[in-house]
Amino acid sequence: MRPFREHTGIVAPLDRTNVDTDQIIPKQFLKRIERTGYGEFLFWDWRRDGDGKARPEFVLNRDEYAGASILVAGRNFGCGSSREHAAWALVDYGFRAIIAPSFADIFSTNAAINGLLLITLPDGDVQRLLSRAQKHPGYKLHVSLVTKTVSDDQGFLSSFSIDEFRRTCLLGGLDEIGLTLKHETDIAAYEAKLGQRGW
Amino acid sequence: MFAKTLFQKIWEQHLVRENDDGRALLYIDLHLVHEVTSPQAFEGLRLAGTKLRRPELTIATVDHNVPTTANRQLITDPIAAQQVETLRRNCRDFGVRFFDIDSAEQGIVHVIGPELGLTQPGMTIVCGDSHTSTHGAFGALAFGIGTSEVEHVMATQCLWQKKPKTMQIAVEGELPFGATAKDIVLAIIGRIGTDGATGHVIEYRGSAIRSLSMEGRMTVCNMSIEAGARAGMIAPDETTFAYLRNRRFIPKAFDKALAHWQTLHSDEGARFDSTVNIDAATLEPFVTWGTNPGQVVPISGRVPDPVMAGSDAEQQSVARALEYMDLKPGTAMEDIPIDRVFIGSCTNARIEDLRATAELVRGYRVHPRVQAMVVPGSQQVKRAAESEGLDRIFKAAGFDWRESGCSMCLGMNPDILKPGERCASTSNRNFEGRQGRGGRTHLVSPPMAAAAAITGHFTDVRKWRFKEAQPA
Ligand code: SF4
Repeated sequence: MRPFREHTGIVAPLDRTNVDTDQIIPKQFLKRIERTGYGEFLFWDWRRDGDGKARPEFVLNRDEYAGASILVAGRNFGCGSSREHAAWALVDYGFRAIIAPSFADIFSTNAAINGLLLITLPDGDVQRLLSRAQKHPGYKLHVSLVTKTVSDDQGFLSSFSIDEFRRTCLLGGLDEIGLTLKHETDIAAYEAKLGQRGW
Repeated sequence: MFAKTLFQKIWEQHLVRENDDGRALLYIDLHLVHEVTSPQAFEGLRLAGTKLRRPELTIATVDHNVPTTANRQLITDPIAAQQVETLRRNCRDFGVRFFDIDSAEQGIVHVIGPELGLTQPGMTIVCGDSHTSTHGAFGALAFGIGTSEVEHVMATQCLWQKKPKTMQIAVEGELPFGATAKDIVLAIIGRIGTDGATGHVIEYRGSAIRSLSMEGRMTVCNMSIEAGARAGMIAPDETTFAYLRNRRFIPKAFDKALAHWQTLHSDEGARFDSTVNIDAATLEPFVTWGTNPGQVVPISGRVPDPVMAGSDAEQQSVARALEYMDLKPGTAMEDIPIDRVFIGSCTNARIEDLRATAELVRGYRVHPRVQAMVVPGSQQVKRAAESEGLDRIFKAAGFDWRESGCSMCLGMNPDILKPGERCASTSNRNFEGRQGRGGRTHLVSPPMAAAAAITGHFTDVRKWRFKEAQPA
């Protein structure tokens, strides 16, 4: 996993609540057996019309937001299906962090495992960031997982909390399977106990 | 001893270890796999040069991509065909039991798990699929995971978890005529919202839940994820045990297992982090009007007006949903005409759902404008329905009677809505484009879907005139 420590990047405002994983990456792109290359399909139906032509008004199609690496969105981002393709698509597109008032559970895990930092900020902060990014295209934020803060150069500063296990994994780019295998004796002991259960 | 919740008991029984940072390593008893979320996980094992730690605890089937037409082997989309073939090969290479397309036990993964007796009380069950919550109906801790976690379970038979909070939802009283398990869960999501249970495991309790069949309980637990919950569960009881007895994969020492299962309930006085109370007597048949499952009203209701929604963000989201759904505020739900009906999915395609639906359509014809299909949840459900003659009732009424699979629940196979088509669907998600780009999905119970198929618009099943079976 790519480690996450600090990042500064252009902010794309996606002022919608309940952005579900069906929107992040629609089902027709889930048939592939690869792990990469999903970035071009990100938000497909919002980015493109029925004929596949780009919708110029959608935020990610606007030149001002080209190269955005931080997404700011409404509450309950990532709800719906467990498809990790959603996290893969966001990362492949170039997003490193997402800021929202809340995230869905399975998506949160998928994001963390793929080095995508999810930052939960209060509604008011998110609204402020959305409107700054809407008013000033090219608006940048600085995110630090070391100090657990989000800031801009106009005086915005907010700190966030994050689960310590996730933080350690993200900072170190740690692979969970590797971590687990260190506890092989615990697993074996548990299995031995299971074997005595009698059914 | 402290009083414990059902969740707490299962959690503690599966702790392999606990870290200082609050993370727990949980042992997984059953891992279900389908073709869509597994190829990259198997590939990861290959790259790492490892195998499944306990291949016998993993079971696979194909459901999302399979055609539901008579020639089931013929997957016309080469990429989908490759995905199915990949699972077939992976199961062979890694020694995983696989229910292939031509298996008599193939079906939607969340339908066949319980049907085969794989799903048992007290288990931890995972699958690369959010509706794994379905299995909680048996008093299991069952939740959806992503593909990296699928690989993690394959390699270690464990998962890292942060301990979720607990929520009890007590549904007390008698369910009125016309209201079903689906309406219970739609009412809950309407009440607490699509993120109302985020970070929580729900335990459904109360007399209305107790009186549900296993099929109904599965419907309720299935849509826990639509309320944002990590999992939903119902304590096992005589209904559960009766359902499981004689199923194929139940423990050989059934009585010993049973003795354990009987301890799996929340103790008197056990504490939950939050509580929601629902009076079953107030429930009605529900219909969603929007693009998330929380956007729901009783059939006697009307399409809401955005200005009545709370915050600016809420108003915007209602307005956006109405635009996508092409609905006008104030329209009576019963006045909304439909084009398609889908009776299927892991929410509502079990035998009991099909029975209730067939009873309603008997002697009627599908409205000429409407195209209606019934997709049984599994081959076992399909055979059972056919042995009871339900298929003949559906066909006589003009329904398309299909083979089992996920089908138009998400349209990864050719079963999709055309842009602009409006569908009464017994599935679980009404997201934009879920059933086909530009398609408009309304979630309902199976009887409500069937009634809409006949009349061509949403119809209150409480007013339905049932027809008697004609003597043959
Ligand atoms: S029926 Fe629908 S919700 Fe259920 S597993 Fe299949 S695609 Fe997912």
